[in-house]
Amino acid sequence: MRPILLSGHERSLNQIKFNRDGDLIFSVAKDKIVCAWWSANGERLGTYTGHQGAIWTVDVSPNTILLATGSADNTVRLWNVKTGECVKVWDFPTAVKRVEFTPDGSRLLAVTEKRMGFLGTIAVLDIAYGEDLTSQADEPSLRITCEESKATVAGWSFMGKYIIAGHEDGSVSQYDGKTGEQLENVQAHEFDHQINDLQFSTDRTYFITASKDKSAKLMSARNLAILKTYVADTPLNSATITPKKDYVILGGGQAAMDVTTTSARQGKFEARFYHKVFEDEIGRVRGHFGPLNTVHVHPNGTAYASGGEDGYVRVHHFDKSYFDFMYEVEREQMRR
Amino acid sequence: MAPSFDTLTEQDLHEEEEEEIDFSDLKEQYEVKIEEGLDTFVVIDGLPVVPEDSRQKLIKFLLRKLNTVGHTSEDAVFMPINDKNMSEGFAFVEYETPEQAVAAVKQLHGVPLDKKHTLAVNKLMDIDRYGREGRIDEEYKPPTIEPFKEKEHLRSWLGDANARDQFALYRNDKVGVFWNNKNNPPENVVDRAHWTQLFVQWSPKGTYLASVHPQGVQLWGGPAFSKQKQFPHPFVQLVEFSPGESYLTTWSARPIQVEEGHPVLTYEEDGKNIIIWDIVTGKPLRSFVSHDLTAGPGAEGDAQPKKKVQWPAFKWSADEKYVARMLQNQSISIYELPRMNLLGKTSVKIDGVMDFEWSPATVNREGVKQYEQLLCFWTPEIGSNPARVALMSVPSKEIVRTRNLFNVSDVKLHWQSQGTYVCVKVDRHSKSKKSMATNLEIFRVREKGVPVEVVDSLKDTVINFAWEPNGGRFVLITNGEAPSGAAVLPKTSVSFFAPEKKGVSAGNFKLVRTIEKKTSNAIYWSPKGRFVVVATVHSQTSFDIDFWDMDFEGEKPEGEKDLAANLQLMKTVEHYGVTDIDWDPTGRYVVSSASVWTHSMENGYNIHTFAGQTLAEHPTDKFKQFIWRPRPATLLSKEEQKQVRKNLREYSKEFDEEDKYAVDIANTAVVETRKRVLNEWVAWIRREKEFLAEDKDAFGVPEDVDSAKQARDAPAVSDDQGETVVEEIVEEIIEENEEVIG
Repeated sequence: MRPILLSGHERSLNQIKFNRDGDLIFSVAKDKIVCAWWSANGERLGTYTGHQGAIWTVDVSPNTILLATGSADNTVRLWNVKTGECVKVWDFPTAVKRVEFTPDGSRLLAVTEKRMGFLGTIAVLDIAYGEDLTSQADEPSLRITCEESKATVAGWSFMGKYIIAGHEDGSVSQYDGKTGEQLENVQAHEFDHQINDLQFSTDRTYFITASKDKSAKLMSARNLAILKTYVADTPLNSATITPKKDYVILGGGQAAMDVTTTSARQGKFEARFYHKVFEDEIGRVRGHFGPLNTVHVHPNGTAYASGGEDGYVRVHHFDKSYFDFMYEVEREQMRR
Repeated sequence: MAPSFDTLTEQDLHEEEEEEIDFSDLKEQYEVKIEEGLDTFVVIDGLPVVPEDSRQKLIKFLLRKLNTVGHTSEDAVFMPINDKNMSEGFAFVEYETPEQAVAAVKQLHGVPLDKKHTLAVNKLMDIDRYGREGRIDEEYKPPTIEPFKEKEHLRSWLGDANARDQFALYRNDKVGVFWNNKNNPPENVVDRAHWTQLFVQWSPKGTYLASVHPQGVQLWGGPAFSKQKQFPHPFVQLVEFSPGESYLTTWSARPIQVEEGHPVLTYEEDGKNIIIWDIVTGKPLRSFVSHDLTAGPGAEGDAQPKKKVQWPAFKWSADEKYVARMLQNQSISIYELPRMNLLGKTSVKIDGVMDFEWSPATVNREGVKQYEQLLCFWTPEIGSNPARVALMSVPSKEIVRTRNLFNVSDVKLHWQSQGTYVCVKVDRHSKSKKSMATNLEIFRVREKGVPVEVVDSLKDTVINFAWEPNGGRFVLITNGEAPSGAAVLPKTSVSFFAPEKKGVSAGNFKLVRTIEKKTSNAIYWSPKGRFVVVATVHSQTSFDIDFWDMDFEGEKPEGEKDLAANLQLMKTVEHYGVTDIDWDPTGRYVVSSASVWTHSMENGYNIHTFAGQTLAEHPTDKFKQFIWRPRPATLLSKEEQKQVRKNLREYSKEFDEEDKYAVDIANTAVVETRKRVLNEWVAWIRREKEFLAEDKDAFGVPEDVDSAKQARDAPAVSDDQGETVVEEIVEEIIEENEEVIG
């Protein structure tokens, strides 16, 4: 599995996304630019410039027409994927840590930071795909305020029915996607261990969380039941569920501020593969020389990309052995 | 449950939450009454009855005694006179301070005044408290004898069907005891949060597990590790068991302050640092002030040497009959157990004594019939007198062998585990004091006249030395010249020595082999001998652990034919950041561990076989301590042991089969769970799909609501297209030619 090394960023990566077709990769980093790459060969397609601060988050609409980014310059920007134009800017009082489109692309959520007297919020913006992409609603259609512990990550369940949010205190909550009413709150991770990532399965009925408490959990979007737990030996920054094969990929490593004189072996800067059902670790991929900040998998399950504190994006296309690997019990089930 | 001293009763062990403890009975029993002024008074009884005329004379006579412990005067002594103009035989005395009164009670009680009279000194308040009417029953009531209670089996762990060993694991705030299951995860016996405050320690035969708290030491034992004993030594820091588990020594840097009414400690213990306890009764036998803290300025007038805790402060003889303590440069005090009286009522004066060690086993010397324990000590050069190493026989206190040494800068004493040899490692400096060399002087204790063999002087200093348990071989590590620059570890050499084969008795010690250019600094012999682990611990750059076999069963090099050893390196493993290495008591497993007490990188422990094969790695967060539970000596006779060794192959066949069977069972179990887990998952997914379909129905949205096509203006994405083929044209320069035209 030879990686393709994408070195287009000058600072640490914050998020990577494949588009729904899987032919493009969008990456954002602290260096204020958004990069678009061809996933097949790692050629850079272009950049989207305009943000004034570190970009924390990126998402691409399911039809690959619009790109949304959230940044430390307190804005959410909407871009025309094809032309690279910025079609809309929403201003927020604080930094935006996470954006995500609904499965049908009609709405966008934005998680804002708690700072300077402002509480953390989740804002929902309606997105229009008219002739003129710049004609978008100015005000959010819904605003959820996180009174107790700020949300760090959030996403949409199937049909956009629920908004699932992970919090700074290690809990996960479920909000009604229409009314914003909090339906459920579960202390999924150890108390006061921030949830760093939350990614959904393809059908969005379950999701995986990655936390500072060195574990990742697979949870049901319907009732927040914890289905599986994956234990690692290092704080986790990101986790993703692979389609096609029943694996999950976790990324993390010793936090940058804790890494002092330690060698790479010490930092545990590896992508870890776990079996989704059996919770066993089945493999690791080395390469980064800083903690992994983000991992995302190709929607067809044929490749994954990881972005690290070291400023590199590594795209790995899976080998045959990846697809062939199977537990004996799984093989048995297949035969039946 | 957090087992601490606050929970004094046994039943608290089984309660999840700490309840308010009813102390009223204890309070009543040990109630302290503060009565202003009265605690400077003592009552002296047992005085002669004298007529009023001689009263003053008696008081004057008495004052001489009374003023030895504090300050009082004639006016402060009140001796009542009855109607017959005679004294009553007692007197009230007021001291200046309550401390002096306490000292008087402590030191004058039971002291003879003359041939006929013995003083009985009590505090006035005590007389008041205990002498008051009703406090003590007039009639004698025989003490009720508690019905016999079956005690827990303290050695039940030895009865494990598979002869597994236990170990204690201290990580984070939790201490657990586990069964070692080779490469399988260890099986938990108990796991308790906050079981100890400082560390845990097994007793030498594995009966008890000691936990250390600010309030004292607690011992735990039995199948469920229930509380066995408590030793309330406030702020205890160090603990040591006697070799037979009968006694316990505890030490605290802070002198003990005994409050009045303490259930266990008495005034005897006030101001002391060390207590020797009887484990069975749970009572202190005797307490001491530690020497290190009261030590005066250095003997030679140099800069005062750094004060160090002398630990173990008290060293036990092998049979626990004696315990000895050294007052550095002056004397060794030997106490007899169980009374803890000074042997022969005096300490053994040895000018300049630096260190001593008991023989770890009771030795029968050739030609010596009477019972004895041996003790080895050394003194440095004082003035023109040479340095001296001597063996003393106890209880006779006779010096049985002594040897004079010159140019000595330091000496270390190493007994072989059976007491057959004692190796005296002598660090010698050259006349100019510039270079150092080491001599090994080995006393052959069992042989007639205790001959001393000198192993050729080694040019380098020996930094570590270890005897083979129950054997005659040893390993040492020498330190070469340290290269300049502190970052590089000094290279060390590891040397293996063995006696020559010479009939029944062991011959001279000869070097088997020296391995140079190592970084090793620690030696760990298997408790059964033969195998030895040489490792680099506490290092930041080197972590190798070498497993050596001293009786390799293969071919033997020609040159080593006469030696009782065949050295072979079995394996070298690395354990990043290793700080400790422990053999299990049977010599089957070796555990290397990296403790957070030393550094915080990759803490945890690894289990290896005796041959260096790594069985399991257990990275553990905030790992602190790993200790194997020791085993008592085998009960099998020599013949039975021989029988076992003879039939080893048959046994091992049996065990191999058992192991295989266990693996099969385990594998089936794993497969079964996997099957179950997979089926559950598939069922969950199916159910979720149904829910999803229902939801979509209920909301009246089409089946493909979540697909990208719903977004307006979406380009048609056909699913059947499947994988896309990306064609890429790569231009490569095959050749480049540069032609100069002109």
